[in-house]
Amino acid sequence: MTRSARPPVSVAVALVCAFLVGACGTDEGPTTERAAAAVPSGFPVTIDTATGEVEIPARPEHIVSLSPTATEMLFAIEAGEQVIAVDDQSDHPPEVPTTDLSGFEPNVEAIASYEPDLVVASDDGGGLKTLADLDIPLLVLPAAATVDDTYAQIEQLGVATGHVGDAADEVATIKSRIDEIVATIPDFEEPPTYYHELDQTYFTATSDTFIGQVYELAGLENIADKADKAGAGYPQLSAEYIVEADPDLIFLADSECCNQTPARVARRPGWGRISAIEDDAIFDVGDDISSRWGPRVVDFLQIVVDAVIQLESL
Amino acid sequence: MTADVRPTALRLRWLLLAVTSLAIALVLGVVIGPVQLGLDTILRDVVDRLPLVDVSSGLDDRASAIFWQLRVPRVVLAGLVGSMLALAGAAYQGVFRNPLADPYLLGVAAGAGLGATIVIAFAPGAAGWPIDPLPLAAFGGALLGVSVTYILGRGGTRGRTTTTLILAGVATASFLTAIQTYIQQREDDTVRQVYTWILGQLTTASWREVALVLPYLLVSSIAILLHRRLLDILSVGDEEAGSLGVNTSRVRLIIVVAASLGTAAAVAVSGLIGFVGVIVPHTVRLLFGSSYRVVVPLSIVFGAAFLILADVVGRTLIAPAEIPIGVITAFLGAPFFLIVLRRSGRIA
Repeated sequence: MTRSARPPVSVAVALVCAFLVGACGTDEGPTTERAAAAVPSGFPVTIDTATGEVEIPARPEHIVSLSPTATEMLFAIEAGEQVIAVDDQSDHPPEVPTTDLSGFEPNVEAIASYEPDLVVASDDGGGLKTLADLDIPLLVLPAAATVDDTYAQIEQLGVATGHVGDAADEVATIKSRIDEIVATIPDFEEPPTYYHELDQTYFTATSDTFIGQVYELAGLENIADKADKAGAGYPQLSAEYIVEADPDLIFLADSECCNQTPARVARRPGWGRISAIEDDAIFDVGDDISSRWGPRVVDFLQIVVDAVIQLESL
Repeated sequence: MTADVRPTALRLRWLLLAVTSLAIALVLGVVIGPVQLGLDTILRDVVDRLPLVDVSSGLDDRASAIFWQLRVPRVVLAGLVGSMLALAGAAYQGVFRNPLADPYLLGVAAGAGLGATIVIAFAPGAAGWPIDPLPLAAFGGALLGVSVTYILGRGGTRGRTTTTLILAGVATASFLTAIQTYIQQREDDTVRQVYTWILGQLTTASWREVALVLPYLLVSSIAILLHRRLLDILSVGDEEAGSLGVNTSRVRLIIVVAASLGTAAAVAVSGLIGFVGVIVPHTVRLLFGSSYRVVVPLSIVFGAAFLILADVVGRTLIAPAEIPIGVITAFLGAPFFLIVLRRSGRIA
């Protein structure tokens, strides 16, 4: 929930990258990618992150991941065999070594007992900084603001784990799949509007978030953008505003946390007149897929685009 | 019963003033919102709904749904919760002879928080259940908190009953909060939901919540209103009240049960909305005197008006986004609370 506001330039870059096939991945890519590619695959390696430089002396063989997204990335770049423990929220892919370690309230002693040679987390709160005293390198991969951040993090993990080539392959795969999915989006005169529900008290995400970027790839317009004057990205909407805004599509990211279903949402008082409900255009995007910025962003985009295609066929 | 205690009676013009401010709050509440419906359109629609009147209403289907199913029940619920909290606050302050007592004093808040946290953490699969278990669990937790406090606190000797009860409340609340925090940390992916609930919200208000809270509010208000004179007598001290033939522990039990029951119902539908129970009764005292024959009825009316207006601020200040109602009442309430604190210090 602490994603900072980005300059609008990066939105433009992300969009241009999405629509111009291959233009960004190769020679015109963002600087982070080129920097990652320039690092030799031999160890020791030094990785430049937002929280400072991280030095990894040798190819890590005992990785502890405290971030479900990083776990998915590690397994996607063939580094899964080097992972010995993941936090209690990491549940994908199914073979991950889930433990009761917590990423929200990390216990440094419990982490150290796995004798890791690399710890990956989404922030360095909760005393994780003390890992430095134990000479355990900590790689922080914070919540991505754009799809490009996802690519950059996968490449950083590739460098950190000695899978530079696999990481590059994974990034290329994600990019080409996104391009394939985007190519199937039907034409609309007016972009359809949507509401992405984070919980049943109407917290939502604006276009300024990673979530919102995925919907932008699908060509949708967010009803919450007007509501976010503070620019925090995750406003709480009034029920009457949602009904008035009359979204064409409703996406639920609160089916697992809060057990909201399309049928339940349709029964909410006063919601019956919303176009998305009249057209039966309410979709469950899955709490996890839509809140992680890892390789399954492709699956998230596919659900959204399938919904758009279904809407167009009405 | 009238011997030495002859407090001011409720004057008609005070009641009229209170009812007028409630009426103004109601009108502002239903007219102002993130969606502009227009006063004349709303008026025509309201008139149209009267029997034997047929005016063409300006509200289309969607606007009508927004107005009748979202905005009006929210205003009504804000009013009911506000009057319940103000009434319970006034009652507790009288029973415990403590100007700082609030409706959450006896473990209601901690118990409700624990109940809600348990449901959020362990029964996310409550979908498909015909009734949302969250308010029921919060209600049950609130009653559990008060019951434990009362059972632990009644053992004190005669003169120390109120102090013992308050201390038992503090201990119970700490204990229940400890359990709640433990569960919250264990199930840390639900932290945000618990937090949202605790802050208090009227965002999802509907007629269902109104129907849920209304019977408790009625029973609780009637019980406390009937005992308002006895509250005045209690305020001079247990021994004096006893010498006037008042069964103090029985009166105290009835009032505490009534106030707690009502508070539990309010908490169940709206979470923890702080400070209403302190601000409103004290404002009434400052303006109209401290007799409970005045404070109890006026707190009911002004409590409703206050929370309706606080909710208007919460849903319009950064519209169409919302500010949690608990933030608004605490923001207004905390400075006020300090003033009351200084005044009561000077009087003592």
